[in-house]
Amino acid sequence: MKILTVENLSKSFGGIQANRDISFDVEEGSILGVIGPNGAGKSTLFDLITGFTKADTGKVKFFDKDIFGMSPDKISNLGVGRTFQKLKPFADQTLLENVMIGAFVKEKDIKRARDRALEIIDFVDLIEKRHHFAKELSTGQRKRLEMARAMAIDPKLLLMDEVTGGVDQKTIPGLVELVKKLKKTGVTIITIEHNINIIMEISDNVLALDQGKRIALGEPKEIQNNKQVIDAYLGTFDAA
Amino acid sequence: MTTEIIIQAIVTGLMMGLIYALIAAGLSLIFGLMEIVNFAHGEHLMLSMFSSFWLWSLFGLDPLFSIPITILLLAFCGIITHYFLIRYILKAKMLIQICATFGLSIFIRSIAQLLWTPDFRNVDKPLLEGRIEIGSVFIGQPQLYASLVCLLAFFGLYWFVTKTETGLALQATAQDRHAAEILGIPSNKMFAIGWAIGLGCVGVAGGMMANYFFIFTDVGINFALFAFVAVALGGFGSIIGCLYAGIIIGLVESLGGLLIDPSFKLLYVFAIYLLVVIYKPQGLFGRY
Repeated sequence: MKILTVENLSKSFGGIQANRDISFDVEEGSILGVIGPNGAGKSTLFDLITGFTKADTGKVKFFDKDIFGMSPDKISNLGVGRTFQKLKPFADQTLLENVMIGAFVKEKDIKRARDRALEIIDFVDLIEKRHHFAKELSTGQRKRLEMARAMAIDPKLLLMDEVTGGVDQKTIPGLVELVKKLKKTGVTIITIEHNINIIMEISDNVLALDQGKRIALGEPKEIQNNKQVIDAYLGTFDAA
Repeated sequence: MTTEIIIQAIVTGLMMGLIYALIAAGLSLIFGLMEIVNFAHGEHLMLSMFSSFWLWSLFGLDPLFSIPITILLLAFCGIITHYFLIRYILKAKMLIQICATFGLSIFIRSIAQLLWTPDFRNVDKPLLEGRIEIGSVFIGQPQLYASLVCLLAFFGLYWFVTKTETGLALQATAQDRHAAEILGIPSNKMFAIGWAIGLGCVGVAGGMMANYFFIFTDVGINFALFAFVAVALGGFGSIIGCLYAGIIIGLVESLGGLLIDPSFKLLYVFAIYLLVVIYKPQGLFGRY
């Protein structure tokens, strides 16, 4: 079953076309990796799907429900979670409180929300840090916090913006394992990644963007051999 | 100068300080949540005092009993202010935001003068009257109860913001509205709640002060200025900072008046403001 259907989504900021006519769909329970050079429109695409930016034209459907133009909180309430590239923890609150705030969406009772938050914090292996303020955590731990918070709303679809971006090499494998573990719970994931090896390892399908346009969509192997992708992204990647 | 006089000044300062603290907490909550300064805070205080006055004058309801009504009226006023004015200027430039709430203050004061004239009024023979005497220190009953109720309201507010689901959602929205929205927290609703609570605080303070303070259309101006000093001293966005700052201001006002010269009371308070701005602009507990 298709969990997300995006049709002809376009957005321009002033004269810059950030997304043009992007169409794709995502199968429930799968991981879609989104790749593309800087400025390809990946984060804008996330903003359009989650309602943070209003698209100019197009259609976005979550299961059968039209979510185009809906506000971010309403989209979230339907079961669409998100993490941000630029991390946004509630810095002055503890890890537990951060996750509890997410848990309140599904669970109004404070004690039960707390229990649920603790379960999730345990899932992301941060249980010992639960009473630490978010600002005291390392970048890798904050990434886990951000995932925990997104999971707290019990999402059916989770959009993750650069889970492994900005962390040191040693931290990356743990985060990748966490994404795989998350997939096993049945959550559908769309993830933006710069690290090609990771995207090829975890994704069922890969969507490649360049200059706001979709240039390819398919299984990781096809994408790896796609000439347009190599020219736009992998070529420069190899050269670098 | 005797010790008794100094103790008297400290008690008076403490009682006044607790009222300043609650007024400032309302201001600080609104600022912390959406980074908008409510320049009409004093006028909202004036409205709450008038609400108390009219409920007494028209329906014979003592200010002590009309407190819940005053709180609700002011909370409602907060929601209206958000829906009809603030939500349109959330993303506007700071100057526009300043002009909007400053304009609102002039608007409310002018309407009040038109409707109620600039006359001074007071509630005659309220239930809370007289004073109690401890040793040689006199404590006015209405002042004492006003400060106690304000302190209670203050802790109620603190409990609400730090321990309840809505309170945590408010804090989340204050820290990062986008991150809060992605967790399903509607920021617009949170802002409206923030305004309702912020002005509700003023409803408590104004309602209690109606027992012993003159009620007139300009009454809020000085209180609002003191609240600004308290917010700056306590730290923008910090609620607990307002408590300490309110008490410090009350004490400085009262002790400064006693030890130096009462005609310069305002000067002492604003000197604190200048010192804070120069030496500790983030305030005592601020996060900005």
